Amino acid sequence: MFETIRFKLNRRPTVMTVDGERKLLWVLRSDFGLTGTKYGCGEGICGACTVLINNKATRSCQLPVKEIKGKEVITIEGLARDGRLHPLQKAFMDHDALQCGFCTPGMILTACSLLFEKPNSTEAEIIQGMNDNLCRCGAHVRIVQAIQSAAQEMKGGRKG
Amino acid sequence: MKEEQSFDLERKDGGNRFHLSRREFLKAVGGGIIIFFSTGDLTAQERRPPGYQDLPTDFNAFLRIGADGRVTCFTGKIEMGQGIITSLAQMLADELDVPLDAINMIMGNTDLCPWDMGTFGSRTTRFFGPPLREAAAEAKAILIQLASEHLHLNESQLTVKEGVVVDKNNNENRVTYADLAKGKSIEKHLPTKPSLKTISEFSIVGKPALRKDALEKVTGKAKYAGDIRIPGMLYAKILRPPVHGAKLKSVDTSALQEDKEIKLVQERDLIAVLHLYPDVAERAFAKIDAKFDLPEAKVNPKTIFKHLLSVAPEGEVVTQGGDIREGERLAREDFEATYLNYYVAHATIETHTALAKVEKDRVTVWASTQRPFGAKEEVAQALGIPPRNVQVITPFVGAGFGGKSQNRQAVEAARLSKLTGRPVQVTWSREEEFFYDTFRPAAIVKIRSGVTEANQIAYWDFDVYFAGPRGAEQFYDISHHRELSHGHYTGIPGAHPFGTGPWRAPGSNTNTFAKESQIDIMAAKLKMDPLEFRLKNLNDQRMIKVLKAAAEKFGWGASPAPSGRGFGVACATDVGAYVATMAEVEVDQESGKVRVKRIVCAQDMGLAINPEGAKIQIEGGLMMGLGYTLTEEVRFNGGKILDRNFDTYEIPRFSWLPKIETVLIENSEIPPAGGGEPPIVCMGGVIANAIFDATGARLFELPMTPERIKNALAETKAKKD
Repeated sequence: MFETIRFKLNRRPTVMTVDGERKLLWVLRSDFGLTGTKYGCGEGICGACTVLINNKATRSCQLPVKEIKGKEVITIEGLARDGRLHPLQKAFMDHDALQCGFCTPGMILTACSLLFEKPNSTEAEIIQGMNDNLCRCGAHVRIVQAIQSAAQEMKGGRKG
Repeated sequence: MKEEQSFDLERKDGGNRFHLSRREFLKAVGGGIIIFFSTGDLTAQERRPPGYQDLPTDFNAFLRIGADGRVTCFTGKIEMGQGIITSLAQMLADELDVPLDAINMIMGNTDLCPWDMGTFGSRTTRFFGPPLREAAAEAKAILIQLASEHLHLNESQLTVKEGVVVDKNNNENRVTYADLAKGKSIEKHLPTKPSLKTISEFSIVGKPALRKDALEKVTGKAKYAGDIRIPGMLYAKILRPPVHGAKLKSVDTSALQEDKEIKLVQERDLIAVLHLYPDVAERAFAKIDAKFDLPEAKVNPKTIFKHLLSVAPEGEVVTQGGDIREGERLAREDFEATYLNYYVAHATIETHTALAKVEKDRVTVWASTQRPFGAKEEVAQALGIPPRNVQVITPFVGAGFGGKSQNRQAVEAARLSKLTGRPVQVTWSREEEFFYDTFRPAAIVKIRSGVTEANQIAYWDFDVYFAGPRGAEQFYDISHHRELSHGHYTGIPGAHPFGTGPWRAPGSNTNTFAKESQIDIMAAKLKMDPLEFRLKNLNDQRMIKVLKAAAEKFGWGASPAPSGRGFGVACATDVGAYVATMAEVEVDQESGKVRVKRIVCAQDMGLAINPEGAKIQIEGGLMMGLGYTLTEEVRFNGGKILDRNFDTYEIPRFSWLPKIETVLIENSEIPPAGGGEPPIVCMGGVIANAIFDATGARLFELPMTPERIKNALAETKAKKD
């Protein structure tokens, strides 16, 4: 059913008329051209499609778009604010925490949600929190380091 | 990629743009100073098809210094996470004396870049590096000559700093590369070999460098093939057989209501539904009812190895020396074992994707591919047009590992674009990816070996079936040996029930697992420390050095296995690099689960252009290698693939992460070896050896699943009782 959905997309009030059963992933990628959110498995297993909904990491390939009514969606394109990278983005760069880069948006947004919920996450908690995001290139060790260092920086000052 | 768009080779008259003369070509790329060069990869040169594109054919890469002072390197190689977009730029920047960010890389665009065989085999840095540096040195020589004329000074009086030629005696006398290139159209082929910088003169090469692609990748701006958007494009969902070898019997599309938005296309075997949105196409597609004739399943995991041995061709000699029979006479103890590994998927997170735009007899394809020029040829063939009418553009590739050497998705997109008259994107679903992936093949290695009274390896008789020869070469000091390879990793008709192909360090994983297990079996029987036994049977100083470096970092204490500590060692040579890996594992005897606690990997890869990048490749190889070692196996019954997503096909995850330490042996006097593949090849062997050290149980099959480990433990216990 087509319906009108009002929500915030990367901090901008947005209205769309859309078949509410369509999955958020494809609406973002094809209707909005926000291609930083990736298709990886289509079943919510790999985490490449992760976005933030009200600051919580959510698999967009599983989510009917009608569910985002009145909510705030942040994609990787909307994470940097006023041209300033989020500490996690900066840390991923500083730690070389990526190779092919395809899982990177999902990794960063999952980490973002994790640190939002628990800014003092230990290494073990970071590993646990990231465990359902898959990376095939094997960048895991640096991703964990990057998240730890971003957590430090975020504690010390501004939050994303 | 702004630069890419400004170099449009298309001629305004709409005529055949592909017959550019050299002069027109130079004009098209925008003038400046252009240096053409050829990579040192001779096989690649020989395989270049004639009359393939209109770029002059006597070179296979070039660089250009433009009037804006920017340096652009055009190469058919692609970036898929291995980091060459950075390491090649580093080499270029260093030799030319410009900052790293003055370099643009144009990669994998078949109209702008000369022909290239493909990006695989860790070949890029090895074969591309030296000529790239020579070209840069030549460009610099030309710029200094121009500066000498411009400044009226002797060349010897000039020096270059960050793209500015300066009078050594007077800092005020200076001219930038940009000013020198302005209004020039200088074309130069590498006539002689200009003298290159020596290692000590490098300022960028050999130093850590941040990835050039990092900013785009952390902000979501990096474009992969599926991220390209062009007006009017449609997304396709294609009908697939449920099983390899199935034949379409009937197809009923009556439930599908075609309207102005939903298109149904059928041409021979290609049946697809297309829509402006991929998910809508998929939903409409579900209304198609297709029936297939299914072939009888002839092989399954239980019978595959016997079947493969029955169809295997004669072996080809990889290496040999001495006389096996003589070796057998010298041996006091003989060993014989068979090693198996099952099918393994590439499982890149980006699935095969392509967008094709057919206009009249011309095609543009954006593809996730390791072989853009292969895609060009395959698309041309499928559409019956000359290859020169096809342009393939390769955006960032979401990893390949050999799996993106196949371009089926590009051909599908091109055919559908031709049939619909619209640009069409094909993105394989994860299920399609697991179906059409060209898996690492199931393979067999048989080894017979013996040792002398003096604990020397007396002979080594090695046969590998269907993995390929890589990694079978002998590097131990064995007088009597013979290594035979039967059949290639691509298989032969009738061998495998589905496609197989190259998988990161093809062959080497299989061969190294078998070799290094066999070495350990011998050492254990002799009650010798496995490291000591290796060192005793090695003469190759580079191998000895990496083993000792790994041992030092790891804190290896000599002890025969099984020591109960769960320590393992394995070593290998691959694409010119030497690698030694040590691991510590913990085995839960109840569940058969292995926890890899620690891995140390020492590598001698000659000159490391970007040491940080090399370390990243090592870490990635080790982590990825845990998968084929412990869990990854594509289960099947005949042509039916049973694992179709990551729920049942388990790849390594964060919770597996061992403590990883890497050691790069400084060996900068030796030209760069490959780096992206060698670290992964020891993983099967080192973990098998560590499991043996922990438990006394020897595993002969990969992956070493909890089930197989429990069986091996039970067998070991039964033997003892």
